Amino acid sequence: MAEKSPTLNGFSCPLPLAAGERILLGHGSGGKLSADLLRELILPAFGNETLLRMDDQAVVRVNGSRLAFTTDSFVVKPLFFPGGDIGTLAVNGTVNDLAMGGAQPLCLSMAFILEEGLPLETLRRVVWSCREAARAAGVEIVTGDTKVVEKGSCDGMFVNSSGIGVVPEGVKLSADQARPGDRVILSGPIGDHGIAILAQREGIEFEGALESDSAPLHELVAAMLAYAPAIRCLRDPTRGGLSSTCNEIAGQSRAGMLLEERAIGVRDAVRGACEMLGLDPLYVANEGKLVAVVDAGAAENILKAMRGHALGHEAQIIGTVTDGPPGRVLLRSRLGTTRIVDMLAGDQLPRIC
Amino acid sequence: MKYLDEYRDERIALGLAERIRERVTQPWVLMEICGGQTHTIMKYGIEDLLPEGVEYVHGPGCPVCVTPLETIDKAIELASRPGVTLVSYGDMLRVPGSQTDLFHVKAQGGDVRIVYSPLEALKIARGNRERQVVFLAIGFETTAPPNAMTVWQAQREGLENFSVLVSHVLVPPAVRLLLNSPENRVQGFIAPGHVCTVMGYRQYEELARDFRVPIVVGGFEPVDLLEATLLAVTQLERGEARVENQYARSVTRAGNVPAQEMVERVFEVGDQKWRGIGTIPQSGLRLRAEFATYDADKRFGISDVHVEEPAECISALVLQGIRKPTDCPAFGTRCTPEKPLGAPMVSAEGACAAYYHYRRHRVAS
Repeated sequence: MAEKSPTLNGFSCPLPLAAGERILLGHGSGGKLSADLLRELILPAFGNETLLRMDDQAVVRVNGSRLAFTTDSFVVKPLFFPGGDIGTLAVNGTVNDLAMGGAQPLCLSMAFILEEGLPLETLRRVVWSCREAARAAGVEIVTGDTKVVEKGSCDGMFVNSSGIGVVPEGVKLSADQARPGDRVILSGPIGDHGIAILAQREGIEFEGALESDSAPLHELVAAMLAYAPAIRCLRDPTRGGLSSTCNEIAGQSRAGMLLEERAIGVRDAVRGACEMLGLDPLYVANEGKLVAVVDAGAAENILKAMRGHALGHEAQIIGTVTDGPPGRVLLRSRLGTTRIVDMLAGDQLPRIC
Repeated sequence: MKYLDEYRDERIALGLAERIRERVTQPWVLMEICGGQTHTIMKYGIEDLLPEGVEYVHGPGCPVCVTPLETIDKAIELASRPGVTLVSYGDMLRVPGSQTDLFHVKAQGGDVRIVYSPLEALKIARGNRERQVVFLAIGFETTAPPNAMTVWQAQREGLENFSVLVSHVLVPPAVRLLLNSPENRVQGFIAPGHVCTVMGYRQYEELARDFRVPIVVGGFEPVDLLEATLLAVTQLERGEARVENQYARSVTRAGNVPAQEMVERVFEVGDQKWRGIGTIPQSGLRLRAEFATYDADKRFGISDVHVEEPAECISALVLQGIRKPTDCPAFGTRCTPEKPLGAPMVSAEGACAAYYHYRRHRVAS
């Protein structure tokens, strides 16, 4: 078959990944390795205007309506953890990807890849928690799929979920719209989900109960959309944490960003765990938080609207978009000094001592 | 959070910085020995709070950085064998060997596992009797007690499928080497608080006396480092040279004696190669003869591999505090945390990685 070389429509492709290279776990971390994989291997094949916007969801126009469309796969281990399970995570994660585009979620798909030998009771629990999470979020699961793979080919269960939503007129959110002077708002304290999972996985116990923050954010977003023209972009800081999200926004908007350490909330249990394990909460995953970049003039009103909602009552303005070097995110420490907040290459590694 | 918030308190930290500025009348060069201290200095921008002329150079105390390339290559070789499970502290996995790193070995099917405590390696060995489980036992005096305990425990249990690949280094001989070097610029030291928690600080008293140099045992939080710096520059300004203990909430003069005894029981002192520096006499630990059966080198008959460092990497000079990471022409271009040329760019505690992650905006400006 004659191969037609792909047209990249202005998308520039840097050096391809070396042929002998293999997928590392770090390629799934949401950090630089993940970004490289997308840029160098995925986007050159599929590149189109909608995809290249690199938002959490694609917004496409259909018969005059703007539909938001997204997909996400869930491979969390363990399947059940304090504050949720792989099912709630899939529903809320997909709802949130739609909500970050300002969309009202309509319906979801749910596909289960099951490992031979998985107890039916486990699947039943997950399916029912999907149902409960969907009911709570006000969306329907309207299509789905099941596949079974041989024992050892997957870790109990993987879930893929896609979602469709409608973006109201006048709402246009994208990570490339941040402008110097804009404010950065964070909806609550960071790191709960990642540390809850890690603690469960490693059998580590901490003082004070710690639960995943997994939650559907579309109602919080709806409350914010009263100020829609002043909202530049929304992102949920999932894998890769707050640092990756801020780096992505700064990078795509070709702007700088200055964050204030004292404004970024971290619960004591999360902070204690991070200290013990040598992790930085800025890189730990969240499943029920959002970052908003908004026009400075509307920031206080938007903050007030967020604080009026249960999932945003701890919201804070955590920083400012600057005219600093494009893509560079800085953090002002409590001591008044500044440092870079980088995107990690791969996963955070526990330090030796 | 108790024992944390007060040591990051901005009022106390800025007050100490002010007192350092009042105290100092001339330039001074201090070395913080431990990579954990380097990390805090970079993360919190402590240098920006110091008066002009007071400078930190970053010592060799990053265990990941000084582990010889040969040890990494041996670990990679073992991890590539079908019947072997290699167990390691997390940040060793990304350290480049001469060809590849442990992450890539893992991606190609090698059984490589990360643990927080070496005792978990024993658990893996107990649960997988058909496999040979090798623990990569590296580090300074800090990790020596748990590593020794692991070997001792394995012997007590008669665990036959467990062994350790040892590369243990000791701080005082390296400090002595630095002070003997004609190129040395360091006038005062901040000694590593965790190492001294185990070992006490008697050995540092000899160094302070022999070389007429102030040594302050310091902690790892911003207030710790600023207070240690204040104590060191005060001694320098007054022409004093003795050991002071800033990290008194953890360190005593004698240290943790039972931990020292455990190390003594399992290990003996010997010559040791340091990555980037070379062999330093009597600067490492190796298994005593009665524990030889747990020595992975002997069990697997890995012959000494001799490998060359990338010529461009100046980590040797960086680890001795002679050059700054940013003096390196490859810094941030051909050498980054994703594609490191040398170990100091890999570990969070390595001087090059700390500069790259937190401070490169300062270098540019």
